[in-house]
Amino acid sequence: MSTNIADYVRTTLVRRGRWGISEIAFWLIAAATLYFLPERHLILNEIAIIGLFALSLDLILGYAGIVSLGHAAFFGLGAYAAGILARDGIADPLLGLGAAAIAAAILGFVTSFLVLRGSDLTKLMVTLGVALVLGEIANQASWLTGGADGLQGIAMGPILGLFEFDIFGTTAYAYSLTVTFLLFIIARRIVVSPYGLSLRSIRDNPLKARAVGIPVNRRLVAIYTLAAAYAGVAGALLAQTTQFVSLDVLAFHRSADVMLVLVIGGVGYLYGGLIGAIVFKVLQDVISAWTPQYWQFWIGLILVIIVLAGREHLTERVRTFWKGMAGRSAKIPETLPKPSAREV
Amino acid sequence: MLTILFDGIAYGMLLFVLACGLAVTLGLMNFVNLAHGAFAMAGGYVTAVLMNRSGVPFLATLPLAFIIPAILGLVLERTLYKRLYTRSHLDQVLFSIGLVFMAVAAVDYSFGSQQQLIQLPVWLQGRIDVMGVQVGLYRSFIIVICGALVVALQLILTKTRFGSRLRAAVDDPRVARGLGINVSLIFAATFAFGSGLAGLGGALGAEILGLDPTFPLKFMIYFLIVVTVGGTTSITGPFLASLILGIADVAGKYYVPSVGAFVIYTLMIVVLVLRPQGLFERAR
Repeated sequence: MSTNIADYVRTTLVRRGRWGISEIAFWLIAAATLYFLPERHLILNEIAIIGLFALSLDLILGYAGIVSLGHAAFFGLGAYAAGILARDGIADPLLGLGAAAIAAAILGFVTSFLVLRGSDLTKLMVTLGVALVLGEIANQASWLTGGADGLQGIAMGPILGLFEFDIFGTTAYAYSLTVTFLLFIIARRIVVSPYGLSLRSIRDNPLKARAVGIPVNRRLVAIYTLAAAYAGVAGALLAQTTQFVSLDVLAFHRSADVMLVLVIGGVGYLYGGLIGAIVFKVLQDVISAWTPQYWQFWIGLILVIIVLAGREHLTERVRTFWKGMAGRSAKIPETLPKPSAREV
Repeated sequence: MLTILFDGIAYGMLLFVLACGLAVTLGLMNFVNLAHGAFAMAGGYVTAVLMNRSGVPFLATLPLAFIIPAILGLVLERTLYKRLYTRSHLDQVLFSIGLVFMAVAAVDYSFGSQQQLIQLPVWLQGRIDVMGVQVGLYRSFIIVICGALVVALQLILTKTRFGSRLRAAVDDPRVARGLGINVSLIFAATFAFGSGLAGLGGALGAEILGLDPTFPLKFMIYFLIVVTVGGTTSITGPFLASLILGIADVAGKYYVPSVGAFVIYTLMIVVLVLRPQGLFERAR
């Protein structure tokens, strides 16, 4: 009997893990933009970075159910780590990426123990607090970070010693897209693994998950650390491709923005962050061309409307559409947990 | 030294009036409302605009600074907030962040992004010497008003029929409804009252905290600290928390300016990790 269940789980997971046509098409189109939209590479680069950042938030929010208002802490730490390395003469981009990932992962590991406890509200406050503390440190330690002036004098070497960064952002975009793609594959592999399945069961009901023998805290620490590393890499990409880091990378609005990006795209499936990044950036571009000073108003309005219209409902639509395109191999729709209103 | 303590108390009282509406929505009604600061900003702007453009005296603007945000709160509660009471905290967070963004941009659009300055009446300016301690008149004024509000709130919540109805509605809405209590009316009234208090706090604090379109974002974290650290089942918890926060902030800025807000954030994290239910609360 137990082998039957194990077999069933295995085949389900394998089926889920299969690549759909629409997924392949998505990445082919992304790759094609390298050739067909050469004048848009700067913004495409930003989209890739924000997409990766939102993907990392999705790992903890969508798959593990940890609400965070301070995900920018890891993004900012990664950006500063990569930026400071490059300023001090270690110009190899991949080395900077690795250092940023490790730095962010360490911070993620340490702070993960803080978010294991308490209600949603406590988690929100603690994550927000961590980001604020980091922002204060970056502001005060101006000998290291440049403080409010930002980190200047970043000079990047060529990637792998072969590809120099150019002013049109083509190399930068190719670099960011490749890194995002590779990390996406890893994340995809993780969420269709038994480990990913256990995360989802924790998200849906921590008490039951614990009862069936899932080590809840260890799993959460692991995914939080991993998501932190992802966010660190995204920050490092931003630092390396724009060759500038300011306090802005740690600001509250960055945490809020990435949440918005993820919500636009849909929480709880990996393409949510990427699609959200595209929509968000295009919207931002259009609105700020139309009303440069007040684009936040419209972003806020969109957020309010999305929530009122029923976020899950919208996501469901996108997913059904996605599924229709991809056939049976697409992700099975999952809804986000609805913590009961009396949880605090 | 005592002057700093005094300023800290005034600051803390102000924070309490600003945040106690949030203590009710967040603590009692369990709604994560990050847009609370927007109501405070509305009150501040009511006062600033009335004083600077229409020449209304400071004291006369204060009731309006209470009423207009209260009406605003009531309208928003009836139309938008009430749909979200039963939704997940994530939805509430997203919704209220959206509101904050809209409020910031709208105020920026209507009144410009500069600081709004208000001119206090002469009898509230300056400092007097009380037993060797320099005491700011305006800050004493704030302490008196806010102190009276605290006492009044505590009495309303514990002694009146409305207060017991509110507590019943919060403890178990379904049973309260079954007993004939109009729960949604009570929630609406409470929300409006809390928004009004925030508006009043914003008006009183325009001189001390500063007032510009980013006000809701700048002080959001302070409000949240007050509520989460103070705990949410009573008025006294948030009140003590705001006093501590006010004194710590003023003293910190005076003695160790380089450390800045760092200490407060760190303290908040420590408190939340050790006592997730709040500092002054028995663990449930």
